[in-house]
Amino acid sequence: MTGLVAGVDVGGTFTDLVIFDPATGAVRLAKVPTTLPNQSGGVLNAFAEAEADLSSIDLIVHGTTTTTNAVLERQLSKTGLITTMGFRDVLELGRRTRPQAYGMKGHFVPVIPRDLRLEVPERMDARGRVLTPLDEAALRKAVTELRDAGCEALVIHFLHAYANPAHEVRAGEIAKGIWPNAYITLGHKLLSEAREYERGVTAAVNASVQPLLERYVVRLADQLAEKGYARDLLVMNGNGGMISAKDVAKEAVKTVMSGPASGVMAAVATGRRAGMPNLLTYDMGGTSTDVAMIKGGVAPVSNEIEVEYAMPIHVPMVDVRTVGAGGGSIARIDAGGMLRVGPESAGSTPGPVCYGRGGTRVTISDANLILGRLPASRFGQAAEAAFSAMQAQIAAPLDLSVEAAAEAVIRIANTHMAGAIRMVSISMGADPRDFALFAFGGAGPLHAVALAKELNVPKVLIPARPGITNALGCVLADLRHDFVRTLNRPLDAADFAHVHRVLAEQEAEGRRLIGHEKIALTSVRTEVSADMQFVGQTHLLRVQLPSATPDREQLQRLFEAAYRTRFRVDLPTIRANLVNLNVSVIGERPALDLSRLIDPKGRLDKAEPASHRKVWFESWHETPVYWRDHLPLEIDLKGPVIIEQMDTTVVVDPGARVTSDGEGNLIVEVAA
Amino acid sequence: MIDPVTLAVIQAALQQICDEMDLTFSRAAFSPVIAEANDRSDGIYSATDGSLIAQGSKGLPVFVGVMQFSTRTILERIAAGLTAAPEPGDIYIVNDPYLGGTHLMDVRFAMPVWRDGRIYCWLSNTGHWPDTGGAVPGGFSASAISSEQEGLRIPPVKLFKKGELDQEIYQIICSNIRVSEQRIGDVKAQASALLVGAERLGLVLDRYGDATVTEAIAEMRKLAARQMRAMIGLIPDGTYLSWAIVDSDGVVNEPLTIALAVTKGAGDLTFDFAGSSTPCMGPMNSVRATTLSAVYLAMRHIFPDVPISAGAFEPLAVTGIEGTFLDAQYPRPVSGCAAEVSQRIAEAVFAALVQAVPDRVTAAPAGTSGNFGLGGHDPERGRDYVMYQISGGGYGGFAEGDGISNGCSTIGISKAPPVEIMEQTYPVLYRRYALHEGSGGAGQHRGGFGLDYEIELLRGEARASFVMDHGRVGPQGALGGQDGAVNRVEVIRDGVTLVPEHLSKAQDIALKPGDRVRVRTPGGGGYGPPAARDPALVAEDVRLGRYSPADAARLWPDH
Repeated sequence: MTGLVAGVDVGGTFTDLVIFDPATGAVRLAKVPTTLPNQSGGVLNAFAEAEADLSSIDLIVHGTTTTTNAVLERQLSKTGLITTMGFRDVLELGRRTRPQAYGMKGHFVPVIPRDLRLEVPERMDARGRVLTPLDEAALRKAVTELRDAGCEALVIHFLHAYANPAHEVRAGEIAKGIWPNAYITLGHKLLSEAREYERGVTAAVNASVQPLLERYVVRLADQLAEKGYARDLLVMNGNGGMISAKDVAKEAVKTVMSGPASGVMAAVATGRRAGMPNLLTYDMGGTSTDVAMIKGGVAPVSNEIEVEYAMPIHVPMVDVRTVGAGGGSIARIDAGGMLRVGPESAGSTPGPVCYGRGGTRVTISDANLILGRLPASRFGQAAEAAFSAMQAQIAAPLDLSVEAAAEAVIRIANTHMAGAIRMVSISMGADPRDFALFAFGGAGPLHAVALAKELNVPKVLIPARPGITNALGCVLADLRHDFVRTLNRPLDAADFAHVHRVLAEQEAEGRRLIGHEKIALTSVRTEVSADMQFVGQTHLLRVQLPSATPDREQLQRLFEAAYRTRFRVDLPTIRANLVNLNVSVIGERPALDLSRLIDPKGRLDKAEPASHRKVWFESWHETPVYWRDHLPLEIDLKGPVIIEQMDTTVVVDPGARVTSDGEGNLIVEVAA
Repeated sequence: MIDPVTLAVIQAALQQICDEMDLTFSRAAFSPVIAEANDRSDGIYSATDGSLIAQGSKGLPVFVGVMQFSTRTILERIAAGLTAAPEPGDIYIVNDPYLGGTHLMDVRFAMPVWRDGRIYCWLSNTGHWPDTGGAVPGGFSASAISSEQEGLRIPPVKLFKKGELDQEIYQIICSNIRVSEQRIGDVKAQASALLVGAERLGLVLDRYGDATVTEAIAEMRKLAARQMRAMIGLIPDGTYLSWAIVDSDGVVNEPLTIALAVTKGAGDLTFDFAGSSTPCMGPMNSVRATTLSAVYLAMRHIFPDVPISAGAFEPLAVTGIEGTFLDAQYPRPVSGCAAEVSQRIAEAVFAALVQAVPDRVTAAPAGTSGNFGLGGHDPERGRDYVMYQISGGGYGGFAEGDGISNGCSTIGISKAPPVEIMEQTYPVLYRRYALHEGSGGAGQHRGGFGLDYEIELLRGEARASFVMDHGRVGPQGALGGQDGAVNRVEVIRDGVTLVPEHLSKAQDIALKPGDRVRVRTPGGGGYGPPAARDPALVAEDVRLGRYSPADAARLWPDH
């Protein structure tokens, strides 16, 4: 491949573009405002801003939040559901939950309203035996009724279809003859395992975002073609892989979590090249923070992500957890006199006081400003307001100085974020000393060093361009196909010839699909894992397998070892269950040279501070401020140091030491 | 004095330790009741009096405050020489309801945390074991008339001695409970959660110093009390009366009454239960610890911001329970206390305080665990089984909106098992799993809807038992809203429909293949007068089939 490679990611505020020239290593970047609701305007603007000639681009990979926004804002296509007699309310009843443990209030809107959920006679038992044959006349009537009601997409979701999909398949065939388009989702197709609510919601979300995703990518592909782009447009999926725009809508639900996934993929690639395969990713934005644990250079994948309250999406997706703390999290004194930070957030509107957009309650960002960690010059008049708000709301009631109050806010926020990161990493048996914190997003590098200290993580890795990490993830991601097969058998009763056959089939199918894509690859590799439990348990533990031909005792051993790591418990008398077999087939793309993400031409021979300013670390420190684009490739600086760049501010606390590697990443050793 | 920042940081750290214990316990547990239903809780307790320092935020609500009573009992018994004094590595086990507990199935572990040869504090957790012996599998005997019929009662004894499981005590336990072979997994999970907590607490103590943490704990208690008093300050002075009804005790078919008078005094709140029914013959008694916990959990539902700690409970006084069924003594049977009576107590608290702070409290939620147990033999698999179908119901309407449909019990936080998993595991077929139409209590903001399910027995003989409630009267409406629909149980045998004599409670109804059980769980109470409801919302509910046109016309006559 000689042509240019472009990654373009649409975030909540900005659309980011990065274009690589593999021949010369040259990089072009653009950041433009996101356009809503149609994100393609921003995408085209980004290419215009980068002055890119689209006819010279070989590959465009696109990360979009079209489906994410549609789901969270319930801007869904009108969708109908046909299900087993007696079960149309499954989507409305949920799993008998409430939004929070305490407080009996809340609100829930099912993905598909009750009048568009119809029932037909048919029934399988749990082993897939037909108890009631499919009533085809009733089915035809139901499909017609939903079509005539104006539904654009259709879901067919029958009980136990994972055990025997015959009725769903037949119903799909009949529906095809009646339905005016191809937007028909069969429940078992996306997720072939038991649990009717999760399978039903996954299918319902898929159907109800399909039409808008397809319209969006088709229009975007057309517009790119008009500007001269002659190749396939690829779209990021939530599993951290990419898929052709032509096919993406078939399994549209897989794009719902694609934004955070691309950030993790960038972290995987950056960490591998930097020799740091174990990373805790830390992406702090305005309202929330995304966290993931990467072990051994492998992105974590989960089949059980809940996008919001009672909205499970059970397809393999990069396991990113969202913590409700961001720059906009509000600090307050509670009725008992205790200082609290979050979970309330000022978001981006009205936003922190220092944004000057009408926010009146102090936030984490305001505290960073007061402590000199963010440059006051960026905020103008509103900076004053942040000081007086901190004085009135926090400092005065606690009898602290404004600076001490601001530092308190940061410390408490860090304690909470560290706790949240700990719950998804250290609590799962990981040793923090084996990890580096990969800090990105606009606010990540502000807190990362202090947070790493709190977590006992020895190093922080800050990529060259923390603010465009997601766009970078788009160009670094691989092709990827994931397969899950449920066996649910005691290990001792499992037929290993069958196990090997299943794994081989999954791998062959993945390789076949990857072979169809016209993308340059350096290699195709396979990751194999099993979800296991002790007989009698309900929770699953994922065990990575060294090959696709495991034997019985090896599985028991690997599972026991994983269990011991996680729970510090040995249960030698109990045997294991083999629940799921998972295969991921990954087509690796040629490596890109990341060393020019920061233009080498700007580099100075020697690290010279651009300025100094007072920054508070328990007291005021006169702190050198460097401009990142001017740093030489080799630096060795002692904290306190501030490093500014277009898209973020890096805070290096006193006692820490910052160096860089040949690719322009900063590496902070927390305790030098 | 401790600075406010260190205080907040230590509070967050202690909270995280408890959350981490909760997580470890659930994920490692074998019993689905713990692993899936999260019927467990973990906390940190004072070494001097057992009072609650911090408790996991994801613990089962009914355990709010309970373990401080059992921990205190252990301390008192050690002091009195009734229980052996602790050594490092020891973990005590106890499930005695009358020594600060709930029902026998809730088994508590307690472990001292040692610093420099002295006990700094205690860690304790509770997990619901699937069986602790007794007359019926699972322990919920609707017709038990004494504690011995309910299961094995364990006083505080050391289950782990210097870090080693005491095989002798463990074997006594295993010989008295059903499906004992998997219990070792739960025992290790429960102990592992405490060990994880001790390790993490050690790090916090090393980092901040024991004296500083001690000071923080004392200050946290003061601040929590102050915060609860600030919340109580929102309540206008006065006495608020309410009541709640338990259908029957399962043995004598007479309603039991909870009478409550909540009085707002200067900075405190008194919950006076004088006039409630006397202890009952059947298992619908409550014990003191559970009664107090029910009041605490109701308050936390109303004021979720106040941290769970002994300080928060200080301004709350509970009186008048002596001699009533809310303070039962040995050997009164108590299996219904945690699942049902506690929810009626919470309902009484809601019904009193919705009058006082109407913007914070909902109308009554379904408030029953809806326990339908089916035990029998599956000839296809050649084995015996015990199935539980625990159900939710509608929540009450509230100031900002309609109640949630099919929410879990007031005292629980668990997810319902999927129908597909139930059918994989047991010889049953669900004929229907639907919204209980028309069940939401009418009001300006209507109650949420209950669940309407029907289960057919496919194979083998079986016996059905029910421990539910709200069969006589539905969950109470508030401020002019109407009650939600009552719980209805029907057993259809040979095509003949039978309604249990006690409506919501029955034991050992024989079933054969083809027989069915239909349960319709309660809807939530309505909030505010029905006439004030937006007519468009009434029409929308009718269009969606949630109410029949006739029901809607009856419930909202003004529309």
